[in-house]
Amino acid sequence: MLRILGKKLGATGFTALPAGLALRSYSSSAKQMTIREALKSALDEEMAADQSVFLMGEEVGEYQGAYKISKGLLQKYGPERVVDTPITESGFTGIGVGAAFYGLRPVVEFMTFNFAMQAMDQIINSASKTNYMSSGNISMPIVFRGPNGAAAGVGAQHSQCYAAWYGSCPGLKVLIPYSSEDARGLLKAAIRDPDPVVFLENELLYGEAFPISAEVLDSGFCIPIGKAKIEREGKHVTITAFSKMVGFSLKAAEILAKDGIDAEVINLRSIRPLDRSTINASVRKTNRLVTVEEGFPQHGVGAEICASIVEDSFGYLDAPIERITGADVPLPYAANLERMALPQVEDIIRAAKRACYRSLPMAATA
Amino acid sequence: MAFSATTKIIQPMCINSARSPDKSDTCTKLLSPSSFLGSNNKQFSINKTISPLSRRSATVVAVSSDVVKKKKVQSNPASNLLITKEEGLELYEDMILGRAFEDMCAQMYYRGKMFGFVHLYNGQEAVSTGFIKLLGNRDCVVSTYRDHVHALSKGVPARAVMSELFGKTTGCCRGQGGSMHMFSKEHNVLGGFAFIGEGIPVATGAAFTSKYRREALKEDCDDVTLAFFGDGTCNNGQFFECLNMAALWKLPIVFVVENNLWAIGMSHLRATSDPQIWKKGPAFGMPGVHVDGMDVLKVREVAKEAITRARRGEGPTLVECETYRFRGHSLADPDELRDPAEKAHYATRDPITALKKYVMENSLASEAELTAIEKKIEEVVEEAVEFADKSPVPARSQLLENVFADPRGFGIGPDGKYRCEDPKFTEGTAQL
Repeated sequence: MLRILGKKLGATGFTALPAGLALRSYSSSAKQMTIREALKSALDEEMAADQSVFLMGEEVGEYQGAYKISKGLLQKYGPERVVDTPITESGFTGIGVGAAFYGLRPVVEFMTFNFAMQAMDQIINSASKTNYMSSGNISMPIVFRGPNGAAAGVGAQHSQCYAAWYGSCPGLKVLIPYSSEDARGLLKAAIRDPDPVVFLENELLYGEAFPISAEVLDSGFCIPIGKAKIEREGKHVTITAFSKMVGFSLKAAEILAKDGIDAEVINLRSIRPLDRSTINASVRKTNRLVTVEEGFPQHGVGAEICASIVEDSFGYLDAPIERITGADVPLPYAANLERMALPQVEDIIRAAKRACYRSLPMAATA
Repeated sequence: MAFSATTKIIQPMCINSARSPDKSDTCTKLLSPSSFLGSNNKQFSINKTISPLSRRSATVVAVSSDVVKKKKVQSNPASNLLITKEEGLELYEDMILGRAFEDMCAQMYYRGKMFGFVHLYNGQEAVSTGFIKLLGNRDCVVSTYRDHVHALSKGVPARAVMSELFGKTTGCCRGQGGSMHMFSKEHNVLGGFAFIGEGIPVATGAAFTSKYRREALKEDCDDVTLAFFGDGTCNNGQFFECLNMAALWKLPIVFVVENNLWAIGMSHLRATSDPQIWKKGPAFGMPGVHVDGMDVLKVREVAKEAITRARRGEGPTLVECETYRFRGHSLADPDELRDPAEKAHYATRDPITALKKYVMENSLASEAELTAIEKKIEEVVEEAVEFADKSPVPARSQLLENVFADPRGFGIGPDGKYRCEDPKFTEGTAQL
């Protein structure tokens, strides 16, 4: 049974099963779970399993979470373990770091990662560098989580994507889930991990429901950090994406399929460490690559993937790599401008078609 | 919030935080007048020294404690000494170690054995010794870049610190931290931070952990944390954020300000709107105390009180120690802006000389014993240098180690265990 399971789910890269898992049938009706529920259940289970895990942030307690992720946790675990903080990112992030230095496992919530810029010193200088500076003496089992990237019409100061910023720092692990399975598995893995993890969620995805299989609900369910997931297999072009862009890429892939272009969509899941081997293997198969991200273009995640492919699989490329990113401007407020400044499904489709036209024309050219 | 502060001297604000309802009982324990200043005073009127401004913040009082020693002598004729002989020798040895070590650092720096940024603590030893010698092993110390002596006082061996400064693999951080980043898990020295103000939230976090252990994990934990920082840091946002949260949650922490009047070349008076730092404590609901930081015995008395307060769960204290650094900000600082007259004045108040004088005048120890200590320390420091010299530099493979606690991988592997191999992820282009 486990072997069949392995084959069936092999493409997803997930094979973490607790040893005593009872046999279940997988053809039953898929349950649906929103990201919000996934995150909350992951937090709840990890806090129940380990007393030293605690949640700290603005509005996580009595307000039930700024986005209701921590709803009910205060009532269940009490104010010592679900700590409402004053509006002092720098201060309370440092408190989380100090608590992690001294033996606890904090989960620090930022209302959005834009506010985490006020705590940058603590995240980068204290959290990410200390294990190295102390030569392994003092480790840092901390998770920084919160919504990242653009929401709807919240303006430039509330909409930046920080995947590239945190992804460039040694000493941090950066995870960015897309589906409920990702959210649950990666958050559990992050909380159990002995190192600082930056966990970038997405506000617009919180309410979205995804089908999940039964073992996702198991309390031992974790997803490996550093492994990407191939959401859709294909032959003609590879599309890498993370967070909300995975959804857009899957939609684009459906539309491209009607034009005879079979796109392979990779959900990165982990910005740092980047799963270079999966991306390279995919590009060697399809020979074309489109990277999609919501953040700013210069020094973005797509730039890093391009460099990595050029270094490792240059000979396999049949077309220049296409980068889809947000526009190189602070995000505007007006709805039509905001739409133009962020990647849309049409942009992904156009880029994929461009990537496919550079060499021999394909059968389904328009 | 009663304002009856006329006869009762200290009533630190009883903050009814929802987090620790049981702690409100401890407020009633604090009503005895001797609770804060000096342990043995029963009758103690400090109306003269209360600043009128402090009445604003309910009943928290900020006082200057240079009156402590005098009053103590008056009320305790039987044993009017603040320390026993053993304590005296311990304090003396620790301060001599700090001074000798830092002097040796300067020598080694100018010989090229040490490099980068090195910040020396000469002149401030009374603060480090006065506070840290009262701590147990499990209590934490968090410092800034001027951290060699804090690490030494807390118990990190001199040879480990010296090797670290030389960048050798036998250093306390195996050469990966350097002068500004002394960490020791064994002695609970949590750094060593180059950014001023960065260590204060970290210290507050360690204090938070102590309280969490007691309240959420129900362990028997009364560990105290000391945060050391300078006068320049007291204008930084993180300082105020932590004063707020520490007082709000009654964390077991003591904020120790080493006010040496200079932040590199910026005089404290030029940088601060209200230079009296101790007054900032009561604004947040904690006692603020000013003490002469060149006198180790006075510092020790105040420290005893503040640490005991924290251990009892009564919350944080802000202690401003007026001290002075005899050398420049760092070994690269030409130190041209400070008035030589000021330097000369503080040189006459050298804490080591003061303690020596006290010990000899009160016949606690003989000159011979003190000289023996000096010789012993000289040998310790020289041995540390030899050890550091002989130690090897880090191996090339050490470059990529310890980026993560789980260095060889992370996450869950296909066998279900929490590890997956990805050996190349930290290599970059380094040639190992």
